[in-house]
Amino acid sequence: MKAPRFSYVRPESLDSVLELLAEHEGEARILAGGQSLMPTLNMRLSEPRLLIDINRIDALKGISLEDGTVRIGALARHAEVLESPLAAEHLPLIADAMPHVAHVAVRNRGTFGGSIALADPAAELPACAVALNASFVLASTRGRRTVPARSFFHGLYETELAEDELLVEARIPAIAPGYRSAFMEFARRHGDFALAGVCCHARVEGCVLRDVSLACFGGEDRPRFAAAASAAAEGRAWSEEVKDAVKAALGGELEPEGTFHASAETRVHLAQVLAARAVDRMLAAG
Amino acid sequence: MTDRPEAAGRPLPRGSARRLAAGRGRYADDLRFPGLLHLAFVRSPHAHARIVKIDPAPALAAVPAAKVFTGADIAAVCTPWQGKMDHLPTLVSPPQHAVAVDRAVWQGEPVAAVAAASRALAEDAAAAVAVEWEPLPAAAVRDRTLDADAAPAHPELGGNLAYAAAIRAGDPEAALAGSAHVVEACFSFARHTGVPLEPRTVIADYDPGEGRLTVHGSHQAPWHQQDTLSRHLGIPEHLVRVVTPDIGGGFGIKLHIYGEEIAVSAVSRILGRPVKYTADRLESFISDIQARDQRVEARMGVDADGAIRGLSVDALSSFGAFASYGRAPVNEGMMTISMAGGPYANGHYEGRLRIAFQNKPPSGMYRAVGQPIACAVTEQLLDRAAHAAGIDPVEMRRRNYWAEDAFPLRTPGGIAMDRLSLRQCLDRLVAMMGYDALRAEQAALRRSGVYRGIGVATFLEMTAIGAERYGPAGARISTQDGATVRLEPSGRVRCVTSVIEIGQGTLSALAQIVADRLGVAPEDVGVVGGDTALAPYGGGAWASRGLTIGGEAAWRAAEGLRANILELAGSILQADPAGLDLAGGAVCDRATGETRITLAEIGRIGHFRQDTLPPGVQPELAVTRHYAPDDVPFALANGVQGSSLEVDAETGGVRLLGHWVVEDCGRIVNPLLVEEQIRGGVVQGIGGALFEECRYDEHGQLLNGSLADYLVPMAAELPDIHVGHVETPLRGTALGAKGAGEAGTVGAPAAVLLAVNDALRPLGAQVSSLPITPEAVLNAIAAAA
Repeated sequence: MKAPRFSYVRPESLDSVLELLAEHEGEARILAGGQSLMPTLNMRLSEPRLLIDINRIDALKGISLEDGTVRIGALARHAEVLESPLAAEHLPLIADAMPHVAHVAVRNRGTFGGSIALADPAAELPACAVALNASFVLASTRGRRTVPARSFFHGLYETELAEDELLVEARIPAIAPGYRSAFMEFARRHGDFALAGVCCHARVEGCVLRDVSLACFGGEDRPRFAAAASAAAEGRAWSEEVKDAVKAALGGELEPEGTFHASAETRVHLAQVLAARAVDRMLAAG
Repeated sequence: MTDRPEAAGRPLPRGSARRLAAGRGRYADDLRFPGLLHLAFVRSPHAHARIVKIDPAPALAAVPAAKVFTGADIAAVCTPWQGKMDHLPTLVSPPQHAVAVDRAVWQGEPVAAVAAASRALAEDAAAAVAVEWEPLPAAAVRDRTLDADAAPAHPELGGNLAYAAAIRAGDPEAALAGSAHVVEACFSFARHTGVPLEPRTVIADYDPGEGRLTVHGSHQAPWHQQDTLSRHLGIPEHLVRVVTPDIGGGFGIKLHIYGEEIAVSAVSRILGRPVKYTADRLESFISDIQARDQRVEARMGVDADGAIRGLSVDALSSFGAFASYGRAPVNEGMMTISMAGGPYANGHYEGRLRIAFQNKPPSGMYRAVGQPIACAVTEQLLDRAAHAAGIDPVEMRRRNYWAEDAFPLRTPGGIAMDRLSLRQCLDRLVAMMGYDALRAEQAALRRSGVYRGIGVATFLEMTAIGAERYGPAGARISTQDGATVRLEPSGRVRCVTSVIEIGQGTLSALAQIVADRLGVAPEDVGVVGGDTALAPYGGGAWASRGLTIGGEAAWRAAEGLRANILELAGSILQADPAGLDLAGGAVCDRATGETRITLAEIGRIGHFRQDTLPPGVQPELAVTRHYAPDDVPFALANGVQGSSLEVDAETGGVRLLGHWVVEDCGRIVNPLLVEEQIRGGVVQGIGGALFEECRYDEHGQLLNGSLADYLVPMAAELPDIHVGHVETPLRGTALGAKGAGEAGTVGAPAAVLLAVNDALRPLGAQVSSLPITPEAVLNAIAAAA
């Protein structure tokens, strides 16, 4: 199919992007990597009047470390994050997750900010951001605000972003000494949206886990910080008993939707298996 | 007489590879036509609905220059067709219009065609056409379509049964009753489709001045298209020409007659302008033919020593909304019951088939037609029987193959068999895959909770089907192919063939065959095809027939030209042609090898200097020959496949570790081409085993109509595929080649299914539905616990 008619504009500055968003509130869409937007246009699932191409905006690019926080610009390509020594050193969870993000061709164009702003519930990066307690900087002509990842995702493709707002960057705490992380997902094929996925992040003392952060994705309408499962592992030595407690807690708090790819029960089961394996792997990595 | 090895048999890279890899392929969608209009279709959103009213006004308001054609508008210039077979009078299928008239019978059936100056405008207009619908209950659940209270796919037929057949040999009931072990299973094979990279595309250009229709399209059987267009549009056949440029894969999908493609010609006829339609991927999933979709209940009985005593197979197959037109629509089901048990000695067999209509896209021939089902059913039962009898699965097969001296024979399923190489292939495969080492490793890993599985499956591949199968059906499909081989004035050679190249590289293999007969290098033979006006009449690309039939025709045409060249050389040299030979691009002395005259000189004299020849000598430097299989109904290839994999018992995931194939396609002309056919076929078979399924809800709505949700196998999931060969030349042909295009697809689902169940056996679990999803594996394990 062919996309319906739309207008296209490629501003040279962040301010003009924000002005255009304000001017065309609700009728404009941001074009970054286009890896999700272009198919939805061609399938006529979305019919915006205006596409605002942000690829010329240098302020949205780059990856940097400032005061223990890694800043990832909204336009950073997945391939750039994947190859970034900074991300590898300070965001090992994201480095671990990135090879699971689609395929090389998609990663070459797809952007970090695009994945966050789209809020596909089966996407890896929103869940990583939730697990790492990242925050996002949103800008509009009204000003800037910073929103925690754990309250940014509202539902299926729905976020805290107002129609006149642009996601500018993600701010992610760099991994602190003593902490480890692991990412695991299960998909029918490599690069597919996962049937279930788990991000795990904690301080490891011997085999005792502290400050545990488990996030799950792939079944529900948004990534979930698994509070009960995280609490079940908190301060305890990892054992079969704790593993079962974490699995039971996940069973209690996850409420996925079944689809023809996998039922709700299967998705919960997979999340439980993956969570246990992720912690096993995290501990083994020491 | 030549120091150059024969070209046939050598692994030469195919000639078109460099061009296609460099992006110089020219597919139908790349072609440009002045004054072209684009067609888009309004499609039924319902699986079954009455069309109350179609109002084009909103479309014309949106795009004033658009033209809207309803089913009735198209029917005014194009007669409907009916998927019947003359020799099967009980087969029913209602008339099918190019564009639905009054009633739509599957979700996605075209109900109006809209022409505009660009595809985007045509889509804008099509989206605005107002259709008033009266939804009807749909027949959409295969296993319930024959229930008494099932909704009818076609109310006027009075039921959903389209065809029923039975095959019987010996006394299967008594044989099963007297068996030491009886194993049974109910299998399900999902509905899936072929997903060629290039979607279906057609451009029709009707010239009202000459009354001539020229069609460029991505089609595997352009002669079949020519015949259909001529008869249903009422254009004399000699004024219909179908040209196939580069084709980006077919797998059977592009063999069929599609309403959209015929409608393109009808609209061109009405408007007198070139008109084009390219299916996009979303349309392909709701309009390309679909295949498989069978439930099979089967039982096998064996003696205490493992010998098969009897087999019973009961299959429920599906046509979708119509029996596909002009071919052999019953074959997906008939191949299941006629090929089941094929490789194994057995006298007591019962096969039963019912085919039902559903409100889904028409089913059709997809790579390997029914044979993967027959193979998976047979091989899985044999594995279970081996387990029941306590016999190793490889030994089980060796004990049960037809005896070497039993050939030629006709199986209880009715399949004529000449010499096969079953044991040779099995021995070769066992050595190649390191079967004993894999078994030892499997046992060791099981002790540490790792579930590995090994599957070994014997397959048969029916190739190069002759007229005996299509002729009596009244199908206007030629099982013959032809070739014209011509010596050019430069001494180079040109071959014009009816073989259709769809990505297999067959044309390169034809060059190798012709080169050997004429003593030139393969790069000195130019091969072209794909034009029904210019090439000899033929069949096209299906049933793995290109080399067996088209190759034989080329061989014979080259032989004919060889004789003509030697005769002409004899006149020029005043020598006996019997003492001459062709080698190294020249005519040489048969006894000494000494060059007597070059082919370039023969070409020069033959084409330009006839005045120098003795009176009465007419050079004939082009020869056309045709070939259709005569003394056998088809060429039966055989082989064995092996799969090694690991099942993750916690996630239900299957990781493929290795795949092996030993196949016998008779004489191999180009091992590179054969091995890539085998590998590609295996990949599609693995798709059927683990991934591919057209998922419909109970109302006949497709749930996964995009490549995001319809999972095709991709490189990351695939193991190395190792290929070995045994060559048993086909008797009755000079070339001796059997087909190889479907072998991989026939055997791979069985090998993978067997290996998964081999891995699951210690858990007490088994699966018998394809594709084998992680959820199905988890459910099987949970059910066994």
